[in-house]
Amino acid sequence: MDKDINIKVKVWRQNGPKEKGRFETYELKNISQGSSFLEMLDILNEQLVNDGKIPVAFDHDCREGICGMCSLYINGHPHGPDGEITTCQLHMRSFDEGDTITIEPWRSAGFPIIKDLVVDRTAFEKIMQAGGYVSVNTGGIPDANAIPIPRDKAELAMDAAACIGCGACVAACKNGSAMLFVAAKVSQLALLPQGKPEAARRAKSMVAKMDELGFGNCTNIGACEVECPKNISISNIARLNREFLKAKLKD
Amino acid sequence: MKKIDSKVPKGPLAEKWTNYKNSQKLVNPANKRRLDVIVVGTGLAGASAAATLGELGFNVLNFCIQDSPRRAHSIAAQGGINAAKNYPNDGDSVYRLFYDTIKGGDYRAREANVYRLAEVSNSIIDQCVAQGVPFAREYGGLLANRSFGGSQVSRTFYARGQTGQQLLLGAYSALCRAINRKQVKLYTRYEMLDLVMIDGRARGIIARNLVTGKLERFAAHAVVIATGGYGNAFFLSTNAMTSNGSAAWQCYKKGAWFGNPCMAQIHPTCIPVHGEFQSKLTLMSESLRNDGRIWVPKKMEDAEAIRAGKLKPTQIKEEDRDYYLERRYPAFGNLVPRDVASRAAKERCDAGYGVEPSGLGVYLDFSEAIERLGKEVVEERYGNLFQMYEKIVDHNPYETPMMIYPAIHYTMGGLWVDYELMTNIPGLFAIGEANFSDHGANRLGASALMQGLADGYFILPYTIQNYLADQISVKRFSTDLPEFEQAEKELSDRVNRLMSIQGKHSVDSIHKKLGHVMWELVGMTRDEKGLKEAIVKLKEVKEDFWTNVRIPGKRDDFNMELEKALRLADFIEIGELMAHDALDREESCGGHFRIEHQTEEGDTLRHDDKFAYVSIWEYRGEDKAPVMYKETLEYEFVVREQRNYKS
Amino acid sequence: MSWLIKSSIGRKVIQSISGLFLILFLLFHMSMNVVLIFSHETYDFLANEILGANWWAIVGTLIIGLGVGVHIIYAIILTLQNWKARGRDRYASKSKTPVAWSSKNMFVLGVFIALFLIVHMYQMWYQMQFKDLFGMEGVRHDGAQLVVDVLSQTWVLIAYVVAFIALWFHLNHGFWSALHSVGWNNDIWMKRLKRLGYFVSTLIVLGFIVVAIAVHFGYSNLLA
Repeated sequence: MDKDINIKVKVWRQNGPKEKGRFETYELKNISQGSSFLEMLDILNEQLVNDGKIPVAFDHDCREGICGMCSLYINGHPHGPDGEITTCQLHMRSFDEGDTITIEPWRSAGFPIIKDLVVDRTAFEKIMQAGGYVSVNTGGIPDANAIPIPRDKAELAMDAAACIGCGACVAACKNGSAMLFVAAKVSQLALLPQGKPEAARRAKSMVAKMDELGFGNCTNIGACEVECPKNISISNIARLNREFLKAKLKD
Repeated sequence: MKKIDSKVPKGPLAEKWTNYKNSQKLVNPANKRRLDVIVVGTGLAGASAAATLGELGFNVLNFCIQDSPRRAHSIAAQGGINAAKNYPNDGDSVYRLFYDTIKGGDYRAREANVYRLAEVSNSIIDQCVAQGVPFAREYGGLLANRSFGGSQVSRTFYARGQTGQQLLLGAYSALCRAINRKQVKLYTRYEMLDLVMIDGRARGIIARNLVTGKLERFAAHAVVIATGGYGNAFFLSTNAMTSNGSAAWQCYKKGAWFGNPCMAQIHPTCIPVHGEFQSKLTLMSESLRNDGRIWVPKKMEDAEAIRAGKLKPTQIKEEDRDYYLERRYPAFGNLVPRDVASRAAKERCDAGYGVEPSGLGVYLDFSEAIERLGKEVVEERYGNLFQMYEKIVDHNPYETPMMIYPAIHYTMGGLWVDYELMTNIPGLFAIGEANFSDHGANRLGASALMQGLADGYFILPYTIQNYLADQISVKRFSTDLPEFEQAEKELSDRVNRLMSIQGKHSVDSIHKKLGHVMWELVGMTRDEKGLKEAIVKLKEVKEDFWTNVRIPGKRDDFNMELEKALRLADFIEIGELMAHDALDREESCGGHFRIEHQTEEGDTLRHDDKFAYVSIWEYRGEDKAPVMYKETLEYEFVVREQRNYKS
Repeated sequence: MSWLIKSSIGRKVIQSISGLFLILFLLFHMSMNVVLIFSHETYDFLANEILGANWWAIVGTLIIGLGVGVHIIYAIILTLQNWKARGRDRYASKSKTPVAWSSKNMFVLGVFIALFLIVHMYQMWYQMQFKDLFGMEGVRHDGAQLVVDVLSQTWVLIAYVVAFIALWFHLNHGFWSALHSVGWNNDIWMKRLKRLGYFVSTLIVLGFIVVAIAVHFGYSNLLA
């Protein structure tokens, strides 16, 4: 049964990208365990506003686990201690009376901090722009059923396509590597016949962009896979390696 | 009265769009490069439009409120997208999709627009498949379909419970490609706050850089609004936290007409409200109604015992359950349109049969489906939704029925547009949920994705050329022009005024008050007394906001409270217009239900003789009542009937 | 082929191939050690006549040396890059993500193994092949006896066993990880490769440990 709990939150506060940050600890009383983690932060912010203080900036939008906007590192886990969910789906029933919860932004050279818990994930945009697409213009397309796709292939592609681009993989990675993110997109499109013609080009340019942006080298630790809210498998990373090597060896 | 020209082409219904395309003006490639188009929003409509216009050769500036186009709330659409492919061979056709959509909208949409929508629906599926959208497939490798509310055929294409996500990622990938090819310039974490007009035409916008807090000016030959709906006027809705009506509202204040503002859709299957701290409502896909059965207890004492926690739903015997949708609407059963399902739930709960501790909930039960199909099949179809439900409510829907209740989901109303998707302001276009759209008084499930992509991929890229063809000799605008200067100054003054209030209440606390008034008085059911009361109360909320709001921090900084305040200021005014429009429309149709106007069985009662029109509202200035015009909806091809989902 | 050096995946491939090659060498080395248990004479024959200072043995040694060198250099490069990629500010809370301990500590394990290698090379290879090559004094041609001498010291045995355990952890992650990095993996093979890696690393390390302990307690040259 959900009850009301009293907690402390230790939150990273940083005024701007170049400013020095620090932790601030706040007390919260009578938080319902039925409320979501972000609703708890809403209550904190309401409290801060009422006290004439600056509320904590954090990214959030859909609050139903699909937009990938929320991005908090909670008690040593990206998206908190509960599995297979985003921060917005985390509920306070994962915490107990008297807990101190440490909340930090994603930390990676690829994701500089904008303010407090908000980070800049433009790097993901740049990687996507480097080749995360099938080069078709609008219109002049053959019928959708013209190319049958085996169901298991479509399902595998869908598994990879479920990525929400939140960046938890990078946040979890000791190496600050973005391989799972890149692998998910490369895999989705490499598995489908529509993506095949430019699979080689895509793998090369997305990896090159990822490297250029300063993400780390993958050492197959697998923390990304564990923390991924959408269960993207690191098998996709093997597929990316394969696609990349195939592409390079053909050159 | 002003002349309202919907610009619907002449000719037979099925030929209108073809005829239009054959005779419209086009812009040659060399000239396209010289024409700038601003697209505000990166959801299905915005991203698809920006990408397509970029591919065509226009110079596109695309604005995104989040850090990535992939975050737009289209991503949250779960169930699917309609198309008249007739792959299952169950009798579907373009006409039938058109007819179902018109009927679902309670005959308050434009025939020609809806027919065009149905016509291009098939191309959308082709386009998405080519982009690599992993739609569900049969073992034979061909695309799978499922059925949705308001239709008797299976025409809905889907990608698990994440169809919106996959379609948006498709459009987003097209946009990424266009950005890479320098056809589109993307501005992320920017919010449009004002429209700039030069000589009566839309020529640019003022947007706030949400990271620096600075106001910036952007000029173009045309402006496209694709910023979604205004459902967050209700505070609690299924919309995302940043979903807002401000871009559209600021256009309205610059003279753009607002169509059917009172038409808001209430989605029947959302997770019920569970406390004061609730920040938003979570939708459970309509597709669940394919296999889930909706019921409440037949006996009042059972309902009371359940609410008190003394009885479990699984303990209620089959004969003591009231499957009220199946009882009232035998032909469509649990798959009646959303407005019908929502009101039926409210009717049962108001009568005292609700099941949540609050009394505001009904059951959506899968036990029969699990028995019939097996747990694996149910898990395959709805696993992610069940998981989502369990994370929020902490109940396992495989074992105990889900509890659901209606919530605000979508707004059919929006900026008025003609057949070309242009508002009454030349050069200002509105697409997707932001326009008053093709859904009339009620949108059918899986039609929003269809409309957003139809507008963005296949309609606007044509119709905008008919306007831009006349603009080829117009040089690029400088943002130093006095019109930009003045627009920025006015906006800046408004921001300063907000910052200087320094009252006692947070933005959210006032937003909750607004939401309460809206939900109670302008919500699922409305009546004259309540609407009049709402108008008075909304004035009070407005007063409260402009005297008591407290916005901490600086204006030229990353300031989320200021962002919210700017949006709330507009939501209050949108709420007022919704109430006025709802009061004015003395009939019930689709999502607009006036208690005074219902059939004996409690269904919507339209008055086609008096209200077969789109209400168009024009802004006349602060403290002046807006004026309403009527665009009469002439039905040439369809006969209006009482919607019947019973037989 | 500059992509091998310039791209992250290329660098990983270098690390993987060199690692896989070293695993093969370890298998060979372990087999060689096992001979010691049965016959010192055979062992010395293999060490002096088949390997010794013959050109193929020298080439082989150089290749292995190259493998070790590349593996170490790339480990350093990758680790430095990854350290930098992590950003200036670090998490205050310790990561609670449940992952295999060895996977996060490959570099530490590697450093430990490298330190052990220095001792080991001095004790064995320097005394035998190196001195032989450069015509230095005190070349040992009685390899088997050398091993017995060295391992008879208790501290050496303990150090060797500890190093072997570190090696086990290193190989346990290294084996499947290397194959993963060259693209040979998927959902089905993941389990198989991990199991195979477990088997290979256990086989190698068990071989080393059994021989070391046996030699220490005098159980070698059993067939003589």
